[in-house]
Amino acid sequence: MSCEKMESRILAYVDGRLKESERPDVEKHVAACAPCRRRVEEFRAVSGLLEELPVFEPSPAFDARVRALVAAEPAKSNWWAWLRVPPRVAFAASALLVASLLFGYRSRMVEPVVHVDDAQMMQDLPVLEDHDVLTNFEPLKELPPPADDDSDSGSVPQQM
Amino acid sequence: MARTDVQLMLDVKAGDEASFELLLHRYRTPLVNFLFRMVRNREQAEDLAQEVFLRVYRARADYVPSAKFTTWMFRIATNLALNSVRDNRYHKREDSIDAPVMVDAEGGDEKVLDVADKHPNIEQHLVEDARVKMIRRAIDKLPEKQRAAVLLHKYQELDYAEIAKILSCSESALKSLLFRAYESLRVELAPLVAVQGRP
Repeated sequence: MSCEKMESRILAYVDGRLKESERPDVEKHVAACAPCRRRVEEFRAVSGLLEELPVFEPSPAFDARVRALVAAEPAKSNWWAWLRVPPRVAFAASALLVASLLFGYRSRMVEPVVHVDDAQMMQDLPVLEDHDVLTNFEPLKELPPPADDDSDSGSVPQQM
Repeated sequence: MARTDVQLMLDVKAGDEASFELLLHRYRTPLVNFLFRMVRNREQAEDLAQEVFLRVYRARADYVPSAKFTTWMFRIATNLALNSVRDNRYHKREDSIDAPVMVDAEGGDEKVLDVADKHPNIEQHLVEDARVKMIRRAIDKLPEKQRAAVLLHKYQELDYAEIAKILSCSESALKSLLFRAYESLRVELAPLVAVQGRP
């Protein structure tokens, strides 16, 4: 085994993670090569020094902060999640729906559009309800008198 | 018998919040320590660790145990740490409990801050002596990818295949990274290595 090939094996050898099949060749090289043997010793020393770094516990508020972040997450999405809309959009859509329904309802309650001839008729209604005017209306004089004289009721003649 | 990480994560996926608490308890310390050794600032390390747990939680619906949980989690952590280091968003300074922290106060006068006062909950028995400082500085000097490789290899005891997946490189590239990192460390820590090697 060459020193170059040792590069990819030396740490595994130091850590004891070397494949058993490679161990004989590596140990043979280390025994025969002073620079590689020194490198193995120094890598082992470095590994030991790294273990001296202290480990600290997270701050007491750490867990609470994680829980707060998790709690702020939206509910888990599912297959109908695409139907879900932002609250503002939902409110606006609801308001629009209510307004549409209200407008439609009120439309039915509004007095129907009056045609011009009907409007004119209603404008003339006081005249038409005047008995004297009706009795003196020339076209009506040709009509036979009604069977029941209820001209005082102010009914509008059927034919205008 | 304690549930495995995969079992816990699958339970989280099924809606079991208590399983997430168990994962949080199991990995909060190694995660925060890994991130601290990467970014060298305790507050930012905790912020990043919280982000890791949040991302793990967010991914629960789509979680598939195609890799070890630790591989997945430390991949998230490493990516966040590497981004943080590269973006230089955080000041990389040593957080020593004993050493005073000098900051530029208004008016140009330097103000000595007692770190213990700033972080009253840090365990006071953690004393950074010169030896530990030297080790920290040596790790800090490593390029970020070598640093991540060393930290994952040494402190998380992940195998080469896992670390290679986390760092998105081949196993041979990883071994080369580790070799170069240890070469640098043995030079930086030569005074301590020489002492270590004495019979």
